Amino acid sequence: MKRILIIGATSAIAEATARVFAARGDALVLAGRDTQQLSRIADDLKIRGAAQANTLELDANDFAKHESAIQQATDHLGGLDIALIAHGTLSNQSDCEKDFSLALKELNSNAISVMSLLTVLANRMQAQKSGQLAVIGSVAGDRGRPSNYVYGTAKAAVATFCEGLRARLYSHNVNVLLIKPGFVDTPMTAAFKKGPLWAKPDLIAKLIVRALDRRAAIIYTPSFWALIMLIIRSIPRPIFVRLKL
Amino acid sequence: MNLHGWGRYPIVDAQVTQVQREASALQLLENAQSKQQVLTPRGLGRSYGDSSLGDHVIDFSLQNRLINFNQESGLLECEAGTSLRDILNVFIPKGWFLPVTPGTQFVTVGGAIASDVHGKNHHLDGSFSQYIESFRILTGTNEVLECSADQRPDLFRATCGGMGLTGLILTAKLRLRPIKSSDILCRSIRAENLEQLIALFDEHVDSPYSVAWIDCLKGGAHLGRSILMLGEHAEDGPLQVAGDAGLTIPKLFPGELLNHTTISAFNTLYYHRSPKTMAAQRMSYRPYFYPLDSLNDWNRMYGRKGFVQYQFMIPKTSGANSMRKIIEAIAASGKGSFLAVLKTFGPGNNNDLSFPGEGWTLALDFRFDDGVLELLDRLDEMVLDVGGRVYLTKDARLKAQSFRRAYPNWEKFEATRARYGAHGRFASAQSLRLGLL
Ligand SMILES: Cc1cc2nc3c(=O)[nH]c(=O)nc-3n(C[C@H](O)[C@H](O)[C@H](O)COP(=O)(O)OP(=O)(O)OC[C@H]3O[C@@H](n4cnc5c(N)ncnc54)[C@H](O)[C@@H]3O)c2cc1C
Ligand SMILES: NC(=O)c1ccc[n+]([C@@H]2O[C@H](COP(=O)([O-])OP(=O)(O)OC[C@H]3O[C@@H](n4cnc5c(N)ncnc54)[C@H](OP(=O)(O)O)[C@@H]3O)[C@@H](O)[C@H]2O)c1
Repeated sequence: MKRILIIGATSAIAEATARVFAARGDALVLAGRDTQQLSRIADDLKIRGAAQANTLELDANDFAKHESAIQQATDHLGGLDIALIAHGTLSNQSDCEKDFSLALKELNSNAISVMSLLTVLANRMQAQKSGQLAVIGSVAGDRGRPSNYVYGTAKAAVATFCEGLRARLYSHNVNVLLIKPGFVDTPMTAAFKKGPLWAKPDLIAKLIVRALDRRAAIIYTPSFWALIMLIIRSIPRPIFVRLKL
Repeated sequence: MNLHGWGRYPIVDAQVTQVQREASALQLLENAQSKQQVLTPRGLGRSYGDSSLGDHVIDFSLQNRLINFNQESGLLECEAGTSLRDILNVFIPKGWFLPVTPGTQFVTVGGAIASDVHGKNHHLDGSFSQYIESFRILTGTNEVLECSADQRPDLFRATCGGMGLTGLILTAKLRLRPIKSSDILCRSIRAENLEQLIALFDEHVDSPYSVAWIDCLKGGAHLGRSILMLGEHAEDGPLQVAGDAGLTIPKLFPGELLNHTTISAFNTLYYHRSPKTMAAQRMSYRPYFYPLDSLNDWNRMYGRKGFVQYQFMIPKTSGANSMRKIIEAIAASGKGSFLAVLKTFGPGNNNDLSFPGEGWTLALDFRFDDGVLELLDRLDEMVLDVGGRVYLTKDARLKAQSFRRAYPNWEKFEATRARYGAHGRFASAQSLRLGLL
């Protein structure tokens, strides 16, 4: 049985992942903003086999509460083996271009809050000399594209942060897993037209849990995105700037 | 986006909104009212025709949380988008099974209530809604109402079998059935013709599950040549969830292959098992209840044009001969699938539009081809003339006047819809065709 904290637990990807944990009998704390929905999810996970499922109200942008929230979660669980950071918002690029205060908000939600949470969690796991930190990034962080570079910037910042943190924690027996999903059919992407590249949250969830089991460092989900992003990263800049991706 | 039912006919351009939280369902309903949008609820889209199609479709398949479970009584409360597969996966290991199950696990609880689905045990156990203790529904009056056979019985009877036309079902309480094993003991018996088959059904009326595969091409003395398959839950053995399907049907599949597959399956069973009665075989619940679920997207087998499934029932009082005449008409047309599924129904319930009633039901596929619609209109007449009806969840083409003849309680249904503000708020491509606005 693993003791697991999920931040942004109302996310569709996070919930699907929590169901995989629950079926294995893990103990869970679910942190997020929508407390009513969190307790619905907690009840569901208990019936599905979770050893426990507690809820914790947390707005990721409330930085001052990070320390106490993580303390509370650890108390509930009697320790911490895995933390999954899943919250995020899909920034409206054109609004962010017109008004930088909106961009700043997006960067806070998608990057700075994640770094703050990771800092608190890393220090604890370093001290206990065990554990895994899992963060949901995105393929959008692999290259800045005109259509969503504010969101992409945040995910890129998280990726670099994770890379450094991973190296820092390596000798302390703590793993940092960065998950880079491609297109996933969730409320975040409800407005998008879906095609053959789209995956369901259930599949992403299975891949996340499998990566945790083998203490992987970075995964693209589904894995074909590794190839797509390899190609996108290798497009020469003079061509890339004309592509309007 | 383009949306269709399991038969891939018809295809409509729909705006689809997923609901994941109850609060957003309420909001959606209020927004729709201000924009004068008519809503169509949808589960996993396993109805064959246009029951879950419309301009504004509300997809419940992600509203799928388990809310409460009583390990003593087996009463499960869950959200309407919970799939039957999910329920089996969680509760089989705990010793519980569905009280009634259709021939696929990829159906939501909301969809199962809306179609009041039946299984191979209808002759003894009735249909799905008879195991619904209560449900909560969001009605056109913008309120969430709790409903059961005793509480707002009018709304309960209109909603069960009511094809999503009374409101959005949000949650339901379902009584599961205790089992000792996930295995099924299955026995198949050959019948040389329809009369023999019906006699066999009567003889084995105590068998918990029964269904027959019937050859729809044979006429004359061999009309109704079939295999009756009986089943019961094993009393011992594992409580084990069956693994997932592997095979996926490619996008464009030559239409004839499904017929070939079923023909060879039938022939293998029929000719190459010499004894008339086979000894009981033990198998997992999955191949027994959900044989087609192991082929993902098998509906693609009929190719681009899609297909319609036709399922009708004939009351017992009209006699087996009326069933014989309809099968003769199907065989003569040469348009139906080779195989059809026949089973006996026990007494119906008092829901306004539920399909089952004491008698026999036959279901078969028709590839969407020239002349099929005309043929089905003719079959409708034959079915209606002997007091039978057609199953709405399979339908894509029934005419409004035939619907009214088949379901004489439609006026009661409409009156209940009016009382709960459903008109102009909930409809589907099917309901508009049937005159339910
Ligand atoms: C291979 C196969 C075998 C089958 N075998 C059987 C069988 O043996 N017996 C049988 O009875 N049926 C059978 N069916 C039909 C199937 O069980 C029904 O069509 C069922 O209703 C499908 O459920 P769904 O969740 O896919 O709903 P959909 O197909 O999406 O919708 C069906 C109806 O339910 C309504 N609905 C869905 N969700 C809600 C909600 N939350 N609130 C209100 N209304 C809602 C829709 O508006 C629509 O009218 C079979 C289908 C297939 C594909
Ligand atoms: N969907 C995709 O295609 C895709 C692709 C790549 C990466 N991702 C990433 O995957 C993660 C999960 O997203 P999803 O697809 O599952 O979408 P989702 O269902 O919309 O989940 C996003 C969740 O983030 C939560 N959240 C947002 N801001 C928050 C805050 N300040 N504090 C606490 N919680 C907050 C939301 O909580 P509320 O319930 O309170 O609103 C929501 O549940 C995100 O990091 C996203 O960037 C998604």
